[in-house]
Amino acid sequence: MNNWLDALAWLVDPENLTGPGGVPARTVEHLGYTLLTLVIAAAIALPIGYLIGHTGRGRGLAVAVSGGFRALPTLGLVTVLALLMGLGILAPLTALVILAIPPLLAGAYAGVGAVERSTIDSARAVGMTEWQVFAQVELPLSLPLAISGLRSATLQVIATWTVAAILPVGGLGRFMLDGLPVRNYAEVLGGAIVVILLALVIDAVLAGTQRIVIPRGVKALRLASKRMHA
Amino acid sequence: MLRNTKSRILGGAVAVIAAVAMVGCSSSNPTAPPSSGSVAPASGTVVVGSAQFPENEIIAQIYAQALTANGITVETKLSIGQRDVYLAALQDGSINLIPEYSGNLLQFYDPKTTATSSDEVVAALGDALPSGFEVLDPAKAEDKDSYNVTQKFSTENNVTSLADLAGLGIPLKVGGNPELGERPYGIPGLKDIYGVKDVTLVPISDSGGPLTVNALVDGTVDLADIYSTTPAITQNKFVTLADPKNMILAQNVVPLISSAAATDEVKAVLNKISANLTTAELLAMNELNQGDKKESPETIAKDWLEQKKLF
Repeated sequence: MNNWLDALAWLVDPENLTGPGGVPARTVEHLGYTLLTLVIAAAIALPIGYLIGHTGRGRGLAVAVSGGFRALPTLGLVTVLALLMGLGILAPLTALVILAIPPLLAGAYAGVGAVERSTIDSARAVGMTEWQVFAQVELPLSLPLAISGLRSATLQVIATWTVAAILPVGGLGRFMLDGLPVRNYAEVLGGAIVVILLALVIDAVLAGTQRIVIPRGVKALRLASKRMHA
Repeated sequence: MLRNTKSRILGGAVAVIAAVAMVGCSSSNPTAPPSSGSVAPASGTVVVGSAQFPENEIIAQIYAQALTANGITVETKLSIGQRDVYLAALQDGSINLIPEYSGNLLQFYDPKTTATSSDEVVAALGDALPSGFEVLDPAKAEDKDSYNVTQKFSTENNVTSLADLAGLGIPLKVGGNPELGERPYGIPGLKDIYGVKDVTLVPISDSGGPLTVNALVDGTVDLADIYSTTPAITQNKFVTLADPKNMILAQNVVPLISSAAATDEVKAVLNKISANLTTAELLAMNELNQGDKKESPETIAKDWLEQKKLF
């Protein structure tokens, strides 16, 4: 258990808490990378996912393609892309966007797919346009699953940005990649603990958001159906 | 929903912590050497081993083929693993000869050594090695960390040695493994030993591999730490900077042998090989192995021996 004590000592050492290479600065970098990755991935995945969900077309293709993306090993992808794109932030960013797209995409189309057909039919029956059907019925009702997709993507992105530190980029992976070759296991473990805490905190925040954004009607419906099944 | 979410987060947290704790508590030490299977060789037989990378296998093949050509009974057990594994194999007698690198070998047995030059290291090895083992004559060939610049940088700034860097007065970026930030032959050495003031590390974790090479070619870094026998150095016409103050630990190729197997005949053969092996030749042999030709260590060793006409 000595490693754990060393890691905790490392985490509270004032030397590691200040400056551009300190834990707070690296955490901010890590969050920045994560946010940037998710924004780009969402901009790509959500329109496609909702289009698939709304039209009901292309789902098979989306499942196959995003499944293929999921199988790409990110470390290898970062290396290959860095050889093509140079050592900047672009290579790991691309690799991480590719990692984040499948869960976001799946959350979007599965979310729409899970909406009761009769609800959508009713919306059309009362004269809603296709856009209104999407914006006022499908989108809000898809949120529980779509945010599940976002949570899954966020966890993966937070955890996996660490591998980008094989390149000269910042973030919390620096502590692991810098500590390992000089056998500074306190630094490696300390960095890992911060990543885990960060992932848990962000997931808790998203879980809270998930509760807040679920439309009241959906909650009522679920409660009702629970009572019925109970 | 509330309770579901809460219990899910809690469950997730518990699972993660449990997983981490299990890894942390596992009693097996991942850095401990695995026990090597030991079968004592027949007496009079030289069993040549090698580390698990191509260059070392090539040298081991040269030793084995040259000894065989001189009528000595040889067995080979190549590609054994990393240093702690093959040195254990040497000590338990399952091999009795292996090509080694002087500096790393010395640091294995004497981590606090201050020797850095080729001569110092070989002299120190005599005392540091466990009894019953010895190193023969070192070759000129060295496989060690080396600082490289592009031909263009070298010409424009008139730089061929680490000693030329201090006078440049421009900020320098060094590409290499993250440990260069702390090791005495890394950034601290460039500052303290060679007086380079404005030098920063650009950490690239591929041990002087293609990412580091690319960074030097495209100008992301000014200097790159690349092992001295890497074919990329000649392929890209990099200039390897001289190290007149021996900041980088010497790594001469040297036969490490158990004294029982070191007969005069064996010594004579191996010393003749060492006298003829240079860094440039080692680099050329690596190129044959890793370049387009992908020749096997066995063939490369055979061709080298034929070309040298030593025996």
